[in-house]
Amino acid sequence: MISLLRTIGLTFMHMFRKRETIQYPEEKISLHPRWRGRIVLTRDPDMGERCVGCYLCAAACPVDCISLQATEDENGRRYPEFFRINFSRCIFCGYCEEACPTYAIQLIPDFEMAEYNRQDMVYEKEDLLIDSQGKYPGYNYYKIAGLDAGVKEKGTGENEDPPIDIHSLLP
Amino acid sequence: MATIYIDHKAYEVTPGKNVLETCLTLGFDLPYFCWHPAMGSVGACRQCAIKLFKDEEDTKGRLVMSCMETVKDNMYLSIEDPSARAFRTQVIEWLMTNHPHDCAVCDEGGSCHLQDMTVMTGHNYRRFQFPKRSYKNQYLGPFINHEMNRCIQCYRCVRFYKDYAGGKDLDVFAAHNHVYFGRAADGTLESEFSGNLAEVCPTGVFTDKSLKSHYTRKWDMTMAPSICQHCSLGCNIIAGERYGELRQITNRYNGAVNGYFICDRGRFGYEFVNSINRIQQPLVRAHIPEPADKDSLYRQLAIILTKHRTIGIASPRASLEANFALRQLVGKENFYQGVSETEAQLMRNILLTLNAGHTHSPSLKETEAADVVFILGEDLTNSAPMLALAVRQAIRKVPFEKAAQISIPTWHDAALRELAQEEKGELFIAYPTKTKLDELAGKPLHLSPDEIARLGYAVAAYLNTNSPAPEGLSKHSLKLARHIADSLKKAKNSLIICGTSLFNEAIINAATNIAMALSGEEKKANLSFIVPECNSMGLAMMDAPSLTYAMEALENRDIDTVIVLENDLYRRGGKKEIDLLLEQRKNLVVLDHLHHETSNKASILIPVATFAEAEGTIVNNEGRAQRFFQVFSPKNENFRESWSWLDEFRQFQNGISPEELQEPGNLLAGMVRLMPQFKGVDTLSPAADFRISGQKIPREPHRYSGRTAMLANINVSEPKPPEDHHSALSFTMEGYKGMPPAPLIPFFWAPGWNSVQSVNKYQTEVGGSLRGGDPGERLFSEIRSAERRYQNHIPPTFIPSAGEWLILPLPHIFGSEELSIYSPGINERSPKPYIAINRKDAKNLNAVENDLVQLRIQDQSYFLPVRIMEELPEGLAGIPYQIPGLTGISWPAKGILTKGNT
Repeated sequence: MISLLRTIGLTFMHMFRKRETIQYPEEKISLHPRWRGRIVLTRDPDMGERCVGCYLCAAACPVDCISLQATEDENGRRYPEFFRINFSRCIFCGYCEEACPTYAIQLIPDFEMAEYNRQDMVYEKEDLLIDSQGKYPGYNYYKIAGLDAGVKEKGTGENEDPPIDIHSLLP
Repeated sequence: MATIYIDHKAYEVTPGKNVLETCLTLGFDLPYFCWHPAMGSVGACRQCAIKLFKDEEDTKGRLVMSCMETVKDNMYLSIEDPSARAFRTQVIEWLMTNHPHDCAVCDEGGSCHLQDMTVMTGHNYRRFQFPKRSYKNQYLGPFINHEMNRCIQCYRCVRFYKDYAGGKDLDVFAAHNHVYFGRAADGTLESEFSGNLAEVCPTGVFTDKSLKSHYTRKWDMTMAPSICQHCSLGCNIIAGERYGELRQITNRYNGAVNGYFICDRGRFGYEFVNSINRIQQPLVRAHIPEPADKDSLYRQLAIILTKHRTIGIASPRASLEANFALRQLVGKENFYQGVSETEAQLMRNILLTLNAGHTHSPSLKETEAADVVFILGEDLTNSAPMLALAVRQAIRKVPFEKAAQISIPTWHDAALRELAQEEKGELFIAYPTKTKLDELAGKPLHLSPDEIARLGYAVAAYLNTNSPAPEGLSKHSLKLARHIADSLKKAKNSLIICGTSLFNEAIINAATNIAMALSGEEKKANLSFIVPECNSMGLAMMDAPSLTYAMEALENRDIDTVIVLENDLYRRGGKKEIDLLLEQRKNLVVLDHLHHETSNKASILIPVATFAEAEGTIVNNEGRAQRFFQVFSPKNENFRESWSWLDEFRQFQNGISPEELQEPGNLLAGMVRLMPQFKGVDTLSPAADFRISGQKIPREPHRYSGRTAMLANINVSEPKPPEDHHSALSFTMEGYKGMPPAPLIPFFWAPGWNSVQSVNKYQTEVGGSLRGGDPGERLFSEIRSAERRYQNHIPPTFIPSAGEWLILPLPHIFGSEELSIYSPGINERSPKPYIAINRKDAKNLNAVENDLVQLRIQDQSYFLPVRIMEELPEGLAGIPYQIPGLTGISWPAKGILTKGNT
């Protein structure tokens, strides 16, 4: 009998506690910057597309929901001809972000992607590409890579010697 | 057998091989770079270091390079020894100090030997903080991309290009840590085997440029075992597809056929599959061309096939199944080979020799063991490139025999080269013009086709007096013939090569005589025939009359429908004759995958699948039947195998309505029943119901990506993957993950070995046959079945006739083949039309180099620029064979040359 009354009392006391439930969508939760939500494709500091179409995100994806086709511009700079994520399959595991060697693909703290029509959850490159560097500012893959893709000439990249003069016999 | 101990465990191995290949054969993962199974060891990269101990008691041991150590009995080795491991890691770390941060944009990534080896040794963190070396790249032509920064100086490229393939224009420049692998100046790589650099290079310095234009990683491709369709040798290839497009051709190792390499025509000639010139849908041309759906096509066909008398014209580039289905449809008596009578006659002759069993038709692998080679009337580099490469190896390896006496092992590449110096085996080439192999031949013999045959007859007569001798041969020629005969007689393993390129029957007869004269009771001489197309041999074995008889039938019999299977008849005969043939009929049904002159005249045009979309069997020049498998299920439903179309048409004929059509049964089994000469073709690969642990063999690697996204733009609900009812391969990544049987290997991959080097794991021993035996089956028996009869149709001496030239068809590796020309790279490398004559003839014509002359040939006239070839005998004029603009000629041909007015 006493325990019954105690339980009722405790339940009653909850009315005066701080509420855990927030009034979404009027009220929004503050998400951590590393929260794994919507996937975006970012740009490098020079506003060039960061994605080089290396297919590593697609390979890392456990649900195989990323598909793309790499192509090249006239300077040999590689970029995706199309880049498609089927968000109706995505599990937001973040493996694609981990696999990305150029910081192009990033998961951002946004989860409001619900759709009435499943077909609308298929995102193309135009839907994914943002005009920002995202979480990792300052990185430009083509300045560090060895090849010349119109971003820097051979031997002018970071930590790179000028091209070798193969006619020289000097040690 | 020798016993060696690796990490205290005993293994029975073959002595005399090097330790590295032995370890790989035993299944150990030992990293290496500079060693290549086809090229031997040089000990340059220091990557394969292991510990060698003096004896069982020795605990200290010493580091040795395993590729430079001969396997002996009672060897004590350690791969896992800590100091050996540390050494290997150190070597990789050094190699990586200058390796660029390129993997993401490197085409080698995912099938990179350097990546695999780096992971294998455990090097994962770059400690070197100083700047990386950089190089400028070169333009190397339409096939190969150059990115010199990635080089690790293993020297494999130059060893392959120069030493193995005889190329002249790729070399190593500069000194010390500045060495540079490239050409002296930017320009197209001249070798016909340059594409192999992409596979030989352990990293991404040389990569496939055609792949780059539609780049796909190895793990993303749907692949299937296939057979190259671009010449008669039948090299084994792996074809890879992505997004409905054929993306890449790589070599598929077959110990008996092409080994580790393929030629550039085979590697880069695939783009016709993606061509915009493909026939997309059935077309019924009644009054105006109208695309037809399947129903109206079936209705139309049902009328034609039941009411009209039909003949079928087969094709030397269609599979056995397709040709047989046509034969079943039209009946044996209405079935014709789609080749000229000359070609059919040449093929009959070749078949007669092959069936008689007095000579041996060697595989490419066997060719490499020949010591004296006599080539009659063939420019191998252009008509059968991989055979030229094999002959090159044969000639190069002859002096290596001495190596055994001074105990140099056969894999010790640098030592063998020092030993051989300029010495090589004997090679005789009789061909009207210079060929690339001439540099290896003692004294090339530039003769007219008839003279080549006469020389051949003379050689045969010296070898065996029963063989008839030609009359009126000059003293010089007789001396030469004697010299060749003596060399052939002395040889332990002689090889005669001839073929159909010059359309000269006498050459084939003469070569047959030589080989028969050389064959003893015990040992048969090797005789290789080059035939025109990938399935010429298979078609010839069907033993049907040629086009000439088809024309006769059209004239004399009441025939109003012609079915042409995968064949552009304007490449088979004179334009006038073919026009006549095609105009006489009421209905012309053409089945093909590309639009061409013949298909333009079709009243009913039916699209069919290319080799990449179809399954089939073809017979190569050696008589080896090989199966190729469907790579992908095409998006366009009309791209169906010719045999499945034809088999349906047969059902209409029998009154079955389109709704009740049945799947074709096992065509090959039926073919073997009707034509016993094909015994064995029905068992080339495991049957369609073959399973391992209840599973099919997947065409896609286990890391295939994008399955739930690649078609999501069309519909977010993924379609059911296509099923393959005809083979034990599946179109998905699900299935048996272990080693498939040799005929069904869709790609080479082993744990830790993503690059093509994983082929080591698929072989019984390194460089040997694939596990379970190399795929393919030779159809000709080795039993002598007929009396040895020497041919006796010696042509008279060739005398140039005034005003009339004998026109020679000069084959070109890039350009002469019908399908490969659709690849932009091949097209770029193909020659412009020209006419080759010698200087004296040019002078008589009052023409100099590049002057236009008019060539009148079989009622057609061409204006062609003159190319002076000093070596060409008088009275001969060569034109590039079957390049666009020079088709519609009936060979052999004579023509009249006059100085043109421009």
